[in-house]
Amino acid sequence: MAFDKMELRETEVWDGNFAAAQALRQAQVDVVAAYPITPSTPIVEGYAKFLADGYVEGEFVMVESEHAAMSGCIGAAAAGGRVATATSSQGFALMVETLYQASGMRLPIVLNVVNRALAAPLNVNGDHSDMYLGRDSGWIQLDSYSPQEAYDLNFIAFKVSEDHDVRLPCMVHQDGFMTSHTAQGVKTMDDDTAYGFIGDYKPMNDMLDFDHPVTHGVQTEEDWHFEHKSRQHNDLMTKVMPKVQAAFDDFEKLTGRKYNIVESYDMDDADVTVLCMGTSVETAREVAKEMRAKGIKAGVVGIRVFRPFPFEQIKEALKGVKAIATLDRSAPGGTVGALFNEIAGALYNTDDRALLSGYIYGLGGRDLTKAHLVDLYTELQANVDAGKVTTPLQQFIGVRGPKLSFL
Amino acid sequence: MLEIRWHSRAGQGAVTGAKGLADVISTTGKEVQAFAFYGSAKRGAAMTAYNRVAETPIMNHEKYMEPDYVFVIDPALVYTTDVTMNAKEDTVFIITTHMTTEELVASQPKLEGKTVYTLDCIKIAQETIGRAIPNTPMLGAFMKISEMYDIEFFKDNMKRVLGKLPQKIVDANMLAIQRAYDEVK
Repeated sequence: MAFDKMELRETEVWDGNFAAAQALRQAQVDVVAAYPITPSTPIVEGYAKFLADGYVEGEFVMVESEHAAMSGCIGAAAAGGRVATATSSQGFALMVETLYQASGMRLPIVLNVVNRALAAPLNVNGDHSDMYLGRDSGWIQLDSYSPQEAYDLNFIAFKVSEDHDVRLPCMVHQDGFMTSHTAQGVKTMDDDTAYGFIGDYKPMNDMLDFDHPVTHGVQTEEDWHFEHKSRQHNDLMTKVMPKVQAAFDDFEKLTGRKYNIVESYDMDDADVTVLCMGTSVETAREVAKEMRAKGIKAGVVGIRVFRPFPFEQIKEALKGVKAIATLDRSAPGGTVGALFNEIAGALYNTDDRALLSGYIYGLGGRDLTKAHLVDLYTELQANVDAGKVTTPLQQFIGVRGPKLSFL
Repeated sequence: MLEIRWHSRAGQGAVTGAKGLADVISTTGKEVQAFAFYGSAKRGAAMTAYNRVAETPIMNHEKYMEPDYVFVIDPALVYTTDVTMNAKEDTVFIITTHMTTEELVASQPKLEGKTVYTLDCIKIAQETIGRAIPNTPMLGAFMKISEMYDIEFFKDNMKRVLGKLPQKIVDANMLAIQRAYDEVK
């Protein structure tokens, strides 16, 4: 091979961005087309440096916008290469048009989204507005809660996305600053092990295969558009989850690190549970343990695969729970939070419908403190004791001024 | 859980210092976390960085902290920000200043009754590294006050952390760490 391998320690102290950059290096990504934006910049910067230092055999394409970045990725993926990039917030918003092109053309691209608030007002800090903006785009969306997971899930993303039965692009999400700029111990794989997990890229319908000419990105109109979109949805609904599970199983065999489509913590006998994504899942886990010491049977459910949404696994995880709080880190824009919506949809036709209340928190990077979560669990227990939701269905956590609540 | 808050100006190396400290501690099998509040802070703006150290994996991602140690690596921040914010009874303050500890406490009444150690990280950095980058001296002082590790062990590990820098700069940092270790009071 025409590149150098890098010696890594068993445990490196990396932030989420560097962990993702190292994953792109170890995956030997052929093309990164990127337009850097805070807080995701160090991911593509890291790949570019590895490339310049001879640790990757690939190409870094500098473009004039995020729209062009994803367009470049689409071109390179259609040509038949392993492709990845990274973005956040406004950059993600500018990419949206091309996100639908990528998924509709069934191109396996890995996009690291370092979650950040959407302006206005301008804010570089972490919330889930950009992640939510991508939720109907036809991509697979994996969510990490720590730098370790940002590293690991990149390998899962390549493996699932490039599978010929899947052929759908995949986002790997991490919380801006709270993961991307927070250094923690990351258990590494050596270069051969990491690359071996995903293997060589196997092109399919690649444009550079001149013996089998193909056209990508055609126009269909009313006669075929619906069939294409429904088949894409069918594959998201039926093919992705088994492949994700298989990738998680293989990864556990390789590294000992176990991932689940829905992560459940202290849920076996939980009465009250918080359901959320990102770093908040880990903070809530710590608080749940503390609540248990106080006699409240608290649990946490974390969404690992946000798209396709794991309805069946969620139903299973929430069986027997008496009160659930969904935590949405995105301004809901005139309705309930996305997780509230999904959970209500998942549970409505089940027998044991728990008391469900929704909370909006952490916009623009506002801290979710352990004290907030203690109050939240206490409120959920009060709902259980009263046998009904005692509060409005939608409340805001940690916002200054008069208490906001709706519905 | 050991928790540390750094008060710094953007560009003085608090983030690098916090990550470097985390890296060294991680080699001894402990779990670490290092992060900072950036905002859209520009060079020279007051900022804070944080370390958490524990025996078990660190799940807590809240930014709120009641620190065991407070490091102040810019002398003016004692007056322009509240370095005693969310402090506990036994929080230890290590502050860079050209004054004696008594003079410093007299000049900032909020520090009265607190456990305060002082040294001049800026001067040490200027005289050894040649630039006012007070982060590594602060870590030398921390090793002395906390008795966390033997100073030679710490310096050996910092040599690895700083490994990408020119040898001359690494050597100067080692001098700075040792001087801070010797001079903090």
